[in-house]
Order: sequence, then C-alpha cells, then structure tokens
Amino acid sequence: MKLKAILLGACSAAVLAGVAQAETLTIATVNNGDMVRMQKLTDDFTKANPDIQLQWVTLEENVLRERVTTDVATKGGQYDIMTIGTYEVPIWAKQGWLLPLDNLGADYDVDDLLPAIRSGLTMDGKLYAAPFYGESSMVMYRKDLMEKAGLKMPDAPTWDFIADAARKMTDRSAGINGICLRGKAGWGENIAFLTATSNAFGARWFDENWKPQFDQPEWKNTLDFYVKLMKDAGPAGASSNGFNENLALFQQGKCGMWIDATVAASFVTDPKSSTVADKVGFALAPDTGKGKRGNWLWAWNLAIPAGTQKAASAEKFVSWATGKHYLDLVAAKEGWANVPPGTRTSLYKNEAYLKAAPFAKMTLDSINAADPKNPSVKPVPYVGVQFVAIPEFQGLGTTVGQLFSAALAGQMSVDDALAQAQTVSNREMQRGGYLK
Amino acid sequence: MARAVSPRRKIAFTLLAWSVALLLFFPILYTLITSIKTEGEAISGFNLIPSFTLENYVEVQTQRDYWKPFSNSVILSLLSTLVALVIAVPAAWAMAFSPTPRTKDILMWMLSTKMMPAVAVLVPIYLLFRDWGLLDTRTGLTFMLTMINLPIVVWMLYTYFREIPGEILEAARMDGAGLWGEIVHVLTPMALPGIASTMLLNIILAWNESFWTIRLTTTNAAPLTAFIASFSSPQGLFWAKLSAASTLAIAPILIMGWFSQKQLVRGLTFGAVK
Repeated sequence: MKLKAILLGACSAAVLAGVAQAETLTIATVNNGDMVRMQKLTDDFTKANPDIQLQWVTLEENVLRERVTTDVATKGGQYDIMTIGTYEVPIWAKQGWLLPLDNLGADYDVDDLLPAIRSGLTMDGKLYAAPFYGESSMVMYRKDLMEKAGLKMPDAPTWDFIADAARKMTDRSAGINGICLRGKAGWGENIAFLTATSNAFGARWFDENWKPQFDQPEWKNTLDFYVKLMKDAGPAGASSNGFNENLALFQQGKCGMWIDATVAASFVTDPKSSTVADKVGFALAPDTGKGKRGNWLWAWNLAIPAGTQKAASAEKFVSWATGKHYLDLVAAKEGWANVPPGTRTSLYKNEAYLKAAPFAKMTLDSINAADPKNPSVKPVPYVGVQFVAIPEFQGLGTTVGQLFSAALAGQMSVDDALAQAQTVSNREMQRGGYLK
Repeated sequence: MARAVSPRRKIAFTLLAWSVALLLFFPILYTLITSIKTEGEAISGFNLIPSFTLENYVEVQTQRDYWKPFSNSVILSLLSTLVALVIAVPAAWAMAFSPTPRTKDILMWMLSTKMMPAVAVLVPIYLLFRDWGLLDTRTGLTFMLTMINLPIVVWMLYTYFREIPGEILEAARMDGAGLWGEIVHVLTPMALPGIASTMLLNIILAWNESFWTIRLTTTNAAPLTAFIASFSSPQGLFWAKLSAASTLAIAPILIMGWFSQKQLVRGLTFGAVK
C-alpha cells in the first residue's frame, strides 16, 4: 500500500514536472483566412509535440508591424515567432534581428520553395523566414462582360488592351465599372499597385545613385494613365478603395476587371460569398511591351526573432506550419482549394490541387514572372517589386500614396502630385544618408 | 415664479434633445446594426436595414476567447481606478484646502502630461517595462493606466473639493477631528457624488484605453481592446465581425453607464448650478 502511494506520488510528480517544463510559444500574426485556419489546426502540432504549447496574438496588419518592430528592435522577447512580410525580412535580417532557419528538418525540402519567393527571404545564402503563403497580382475579369463588349482577354494582356476593355465594359447606368483598382493611400495599398504598374511603364523609384525619379516621364505616363482610366471606367470614390473594398465590389458584380492579389482568386470564385463566382477569368498582370509586367510579389512568412529563448521549439513550429505536411493536413480537413498558395513548387504539380483551384496556373505564372532584384526596366539599387526594401519606405511610401490618392480624387493635379513626391523623396533620401 | 413653457416649444425642445441624443448614440447604434449584417452588406455602404444574422457573434466566439480579455478589462479598469483614487483624494485635498502659490502651476503641469502624444514615449516606456519585467502583466498595465488617468482624476476631485466650504472642515477640526478623520468622515461623504462620478469616468477611460493596452501586452494581460483589434483583416472582409467584437467589448461598460447615469450626471453637474 505504501509502495503504491509512493509510486503514485512519483508518477504525479513526473507528470507535473512535464507540464512545468512545457514551453509556450507566443506567435504574433495577422487576421486573414489562412492564418485563422492554421490556428484551428494546431492540435496536429501539439499532439506530436506535447511539450510545446501555443498562444496567439492576432493584430491588425499595421499595429502588428509596429508592435513586432518595437519588440524586435528593443529585444523585448515578447514573441517567439512573428508573421512578417517580404518587405521586412531583408531589412530585419540585415539588422541581425532574425535567426537563420538552419534546422527546419530533413523532410522540410527547402528546395521545393518557389525560387522567386525564397530569394526574397534569403540573405547571404541563409533563409531568414519561411513562407506561409505567397502571392503575386493578376487580372481577374468577368468573362460574360468581356464577351458582351465583343472582346477576348489574352493570357498576357497589355495595358492598352485593359484600358480599352475597361472603357467598353463600363455601364454606369447598370452599376458596372469597367475596372476596379486600388486608390486608398498607403504603402501597402495604392503604392503597392502603382509601384508594380510603374515597373511595366519603365518607371522606378530611384536611379542607381538613389536619386528619386518622380520627375521622369515614365512616372508621369503611369500616373496620367491610371487617373484617366479610373475617371473613365473606375468606381465612384475610388480613392478610398483598397483590397477589401474592391473585393466587395467585384463579388457584387460591380467590376468588369480587378487587378489585385492572386489570393483574391479564391474569394471571387467562392459561390458562398461571390455573386459572380462562375463568371470569373484570370490573366497575367498587364505590360506595355517594355519587358516587365505590373505584377508584384508578396509572402506572409514566419520568422524567429533573435530575442527569443525558445528558438528550437519555434523552429519546429515554423517547419510544421510551412512544411508539405501542413498542406496535406489542410487538404484533408478543408479541401485542396483552401491550401495556402504560392510557396511550394510541388503544390503546382499536384493534380488534385490544380483541379480544385482553377487559378493555380495563373498564380504560379504570376509569381514566377516577378523579379524582386530586377523589378523595373531600368536598373535599380533596391530589392522589391511593389516596395523598396529600405526602412524609410513605410513612411515615404505612405506620404507618396497620399499624394497619388489626392490626384485620383481630383484634389490635386498629376503634375503637382509628382512634383511633391519628388520633393518629399529627395528630402527623405538626404535625411537617410542615401544622397550626399 | 417659473415662466410657463408653451406646449409647442416643449415639443420642439424634446425633439431637439432626442435628435442630439440620437446623433451622439448613432456610432454605437450603427456598430450594433453592422454586427448583424453579412460581410457583404457591411462593406456595401450606408445601410440601416441588416439581415439580422447572428453568424458574426458565433464566428467571433469561435475564433477567439472572449472571457480572458474581458476579465482583464474588468480587473485593470477597477484596480487602476482604485489606485488612482487612493493617490488623488489626498492630493486633491491638499491642493483644494492647503493651496500654495505653486498649486496652480502643479495642476497645469499635471494636465500638460496629457497633451504629449503617447507614441512619443513608446520606446522608453517599452524599455522600462522590459527591464522591470512588466511587459504583458496586469501589474504593469494597472500602473500605466493609473498614471495616464491620474491628472484627470486629480483635476476632477480638486474641482469638487473646492465647492466644499472650508468652514465645515474647520468646524470638524474644532470638534477634534484629525487629518484622516477630516478626510474620511467629513470630506469624503460630502464629495461622494463627485468621487463616484470621477470613479465611473475613470473606469470608462481605463476600459477604452487602447494605445498602451495593445502595445504593452501579448496574451496574459491583453484586455478587450486587443480582442477588438484582432478582428481587423488585411485581406478578407471583416467589418461585420469587427462590429460584433466591438459590441461584445463595449456592452459591459455601456450597461454600467446606463445603470449609473444618475450618479454620473449628478457628479458631472456637481457645483455647476448654485
């Protein structure tokens, strides 16, 4: 009896010790469909790793960015894993704020990551963040309206074709706008779209010596084209429209075309939320014949801050969440159409996925067509297709975005907006020490 | 003799009062309406007729734990208010009944701390919290919320205390009351409506504070403001769910305000009409 009590006590102590030793990982993330789904599926990870507990901090994108930047810069150690974008990874890796992901496991297959996505997350041959989902941008269009306008969308359209089609598809009495594009100010909103578009027009943010280029004719052509097109064929109040507003307009059948993130394809083809789900076609982002398309490249990634005390457990989780097994898990639980896209080559060879996601090929082609190291026709000193991967870009991009949004709203002329953008950029570049 | 008010005038004033009340309440009402819309309806512009769906509330409850941030909000707002009152009552007493030539300057200095943008001191505060081990703790946030609201609490109490005739306190002293007895048995009961309204206002301010409560917490001490912030989405429609989360977050404080409105109004108008 006594022995039994001692054994029982020993077992209880062992269990308690085990619980006490369990590590809790704090993961900072954004609230989007794929991330929410991952949180629901983490039992699969915690069952296989009973010594690791997970807790989530979900925040609005900009607040998250500010919170994790403060924490990582001050080595606050509040997070063990952070969800960060392609923009932050090279900057933070350079600062020594992120740990390289050297131990993702033998079956992780890092070579399976899409080269374009992987290159944006790699510095000096080391991977500093693992992509959770990747995206580019493409044209989503209404096949019925295109047919009604007597046109056929090519797989790789030009901007001239898009503009012509948009004007022909516009029927404001029926509430149809030929084209819906981002107009809301912000470096991740209108500037993402306009920077990518400007690449196709041959424009660039800076020349090889970091001199701002808004005084060049390529930017004038880009902004003139955009403002005129939106005036003729865009929705009312377009200067307030970002991704979500345009998504709602397209789903309600109020847009003939929408050029935006490839991740939107699954939303606009979902019959539960889209009234035009069966009428949507896809095409590559347009070009102007100069050799570059206006498609961007973005990924939400999981990275481990240098301040964490739980790097080994954190890397285990990153490997699980961005590995092949996770894609199979989502497919088994929620179907192939819900698998996070744009990270792995093998996904685009998977017949079941290709069948479930009619936009898969176009997504892959769009991602492959983006080149973050040579985004524009002319050479640039920076990395990034729809952004410039320097710390100053968040503030500068948003200021320039406000000017371009004002030009779209008719509050200032295109020439004034560009002149002010040039002045502001010059000042910021001088302040940052880029210009002597 | 009171001047008679004509019925027409009375109706006009009643209508005006209701209109102003509706205007002030409208953002909350529209949040409530949006919370029972579908996501498509919520983003489609101004519309007062919802689909009456409870889907968003179900989704909000399924996606995140409501009760932990709720209990954090209750604890933080009550505790920070209590600590603020313990500091502010003696401070306001001293300033109201034993003023010095510098009293006005001190009051202005206290108020001036509210004029500084919070973001200007984010990094130093974050570093202090990191070094003191206060990040994501209720102790840290209680301290922060107390400090933020203390100037307002001192000012309000000072204003109420100044309405109390000093002779009453002198009489108490003549009757042998000590300093503590004077504050607890004479001053506090007389200023109770003012203290109550200050307390209620401080609870509301602490409940609604979002800048620090979001930035100094992760999971353990995060209150309802962080709960609301978690429903904003960069890619995907979220307004209806966000409104449902906001409604759940503001409901307790709204109910508290409703039941204590008599005390609030009494306190806020204390000394205004002589």
